[in-house]
Amino acid sequence: MDLQVLWFLLIFVLFTGFFFLEGFDYGVGGLMPFLTSDEEERSEILRTITPVWDGNEVWMITAGGAMFAAFPHVYATMFSAFYLALFLMLVALILRGVAFDLRGRQDSLRWKRFWDGAIAFGSIVPAFLWGVAVTDLLAGLPIDAHMVYTGGFFDLLSLYSLVGGLAFLLIFLFHGAAFLTIRLARKSLLRRCQNAALNVGSSATLLFVLLIVLTQSATDLFEKPLAVSALAAAALFFLLAMSSMKKKKGAWSFAASSLAIVATTAAFFAGLFPRLMVSSLDPAWSLTITNASSSPYTLSVMTAAAAVFVPVVLLYQGWTYYIFRKRVTAKDTQEHL
Amino acid sequence: MDALLLSRWQFAITTIYHFLFVPVTLGLSIFVALLETCYVRTKRPAWKATSRKLVRFFGTLFLVNFSMGVVTGIVQEFHFGMNWSEYARFMGDIFGAPLALEALTAFFLESTFLGIWIFGWGRLSEKAHCACIWIVAFASNLSAFWILVANSFMQHPVGFAVRNGRAEMTDFAALVTNPYVIGEYAHTLFSAIATAGFLVVAVSAWKVLHDAASRRAFTQTCKAGALFLLFGLFAAMGSGHLHAQYLAQVNPMKVSSFEALWETADPAPFAIVADINEQSHENNVEVTIPGAFSFMLYNKPSGAVPGINAIQSEYEAAYGPGDYRPDVKGLFWSFRFMIGIGGLLVLLGLITAYLGWKDRLMDFPLLLKALPWLLPLPFLANTVGWYIAEAGRQPWIVFGLQKTSEAVSPNLTSADVYLTMIGFTVLYLVLAVAAVYTAMRYIRKTEVPYEEGRNA
Repeated sequence: MDLQVLWFLLIFVLFTGFFFLEGFDYGVGGLMPFLTSDEEERSEILRTITPVWDGNEVWMITAGGAMFAAFPHVYATMFSAFYLALFLMLVALILRGVAFDLRGRQDSLRWKRFWDGAIAFGSIVPAFLWGVAVTDLLAGLPIDAHMVYTGGFFDLLSLYSLVGGLAFLLIFLFHGAAFLTIRLARKSLLRRCQNAALNVGSSATLLFVLLIVLTQSATDLFEKPLAVSALAAAALFFLLAMSSMKKKKGAWSFAASSLAIVATTAAFFAGLFPRLMVSSLDPAWSLTITNASSSPYTLSVMTAAAAVFVPVVLLYQGWTYYIFRKRVTAKDTQEHL
Repeated sequence: MDALLLSRWQFAITTIYHFLFVPVTLGLSIFVALLETCYVRTKRPAWKATSRKLVRFFGTLFLVNFSMGVVTGIVQEFHFGMNWSEYARFMGDIFGAPLALEALTAFFLESTFLGIWIFGWGRLSEKAHCACIWIVAFASNLSAFWILVANSFMQHPVGFAVRNGRAEMTDFAALVTNPYVIGEYAHTLFSAIATAGFLVVAVSAWKVLHDAASRRAFTQTCKAGALFLLFGLFAAMGSGHLHAQYLAQVNPMKVSSFEALWETADPAPFAIVADINEQSHENNVEVTIPGAFSFMLYNKPSGAVPGINAIQSEYEAAYGPGDYRPDVKGLFWSFRFMIGIGGLLVLLGLITAYLGWKDRLMDFPLLLKALPWLLPLPFLANTVGWYIAEAGRQPWIVFGLQKTSEAVSPNLTSADVYLTMIGFTVLYLVLAVAAVYTAMRYIRKTEVPYEEGRNA
């Protein structure tokens, strides 16, 4: 296969891994303050993601790094275009990352509540912004003939991208709630997670429908059969996730919401292909896998590295989830370094 | 200030802040891994219980530091695209690869096994748990290697060709075995070991003096820290010396600038102090040791060293008109500052190791009192060391290929960068206060009694 196509697929895989894995830990972080204000319960909720969140975040860093290596022009244009949005995302991620460590280091309730807020903010903001980014890439941004973004911060925001942001956020929140239903042990908390999933899920359904309608008018995704089928599959998986949750089948629901996220990501990447960033000024100025890629030599070096290391990463990350497979109990929250 | 200058400030602030935590991560991960190995291997029940608590103690300090390093590291990665898009375009074919490899081979390993290490006591055997921290230490140091491969290319490009309006990689092996990276990596790694060693010494000294219950345990770590410090220092000095000799071949401008040698000389003198005049390109006054600079570079008291002015004309001929001189005054004093701190730390390390070995630390409370206050020293040395490496490369962002002024994102306004620079700086300050406060409280409150005669 053509290396540029292969790397488009690999970038898709990395973003899928990121949205699937960090989707639930953003969801857990964002929901946590709304599920309970009891300190023990919050500790249990957080304990479902503290051993793994950092490894999940590396999927994003790797996706960024891979984009830099394989499609440097996309990296350059996208990151400079989303300048202030990324600043906001970085502030959120910084607060969130530090919060996971510092939260438990002092007993004062004010201290804990402050970092709880940081975790929620740090989870909600990136989840929303990634939705904005993905929809913007497909709908198009003012990019000139030299691949330079000519707009400002507010050109990133449109009805479509705001709906995209909200839809991503709500889907991740649902995904996080479904994750909690298979990771927690406390009965009362489990019930609240199921209710939260159903509440968030019904809003997510609405937003998802809106997203599909707007995608039809704001983008050319519907010209691509593969993308349309992926989008339809995503909608179907999401409905399946909702109905499983209603039947209190958490594991099925989580599996279905995972597939919904994979299918949604697939729909957007299939809609983009062979472009990575659409120019709203002139279709010819879009960044594509041909005009934005690295040299064949660099791509082949990176292909060899990815072929060796991606399977290894999957193996040991899978092993982590195996080690921490048991439902989290109050005892687990005491057990750390 | 324009977007270019502001972006440089922002990058400098983030890098310096990030690199306060990185050396501790690199060095302390190894120290904690060694400590846990002691814990796993010891047959003495008292030491078994104590070393377990020491692993937790220094492990906690490591974790507070680690999270700060991680979050600022993401900012670093994003900056290359956000503020330096033209750099990313011109250099991405080469620079992106080590960054992606860093994430793929090191970050995944580091973050995953750190998670297991923190939450896996009791779920894994002692040996498997100890293996986790060794993997974290290995992965942290591997990530440092990849990022220094990238940095070394900026200092001394190899294995590339300029094609299609950008630098393209032609030889990955050459990129990874760039002689520049060997010196830079060794010097960085050993300085990190020294930094972590001094951190252990400073913290232990405080505990020895103020916490009678924990005195015995921390006398041990004070000695161990001093040895770790001395090993790091001597190795950093040796590797730094060899790296400077190498630099004289590939970055003569940097070397002559940190010695403020304006005119070519044979033998070249070493200026201990100088009143540098950057307008007239000479030193108004200087105190020198004749021949010492030549000796430093060539291991003999003779040999010509090209002066800044000669290199300037050479570069003008090669790269066209322009000012190719870096900040000579800043480099000159940074170098002396770095060397001076290194020497002072050697002295402190030797004294502490000797007194610890003789078990006489408590007879010198003034030393124990002073050590924690001197903790900023290795961090200052690291910072000025990186100032020499990075400011010494200016006006180039990639030596000979792209100037810093050509690398900034064209779509940024100075208002954009002002906003983010102030935002990041305020956030960094707040987090530094929170982290330091947390660490200090933890150090004060955590007792590590030596449990004599207790059966395991």
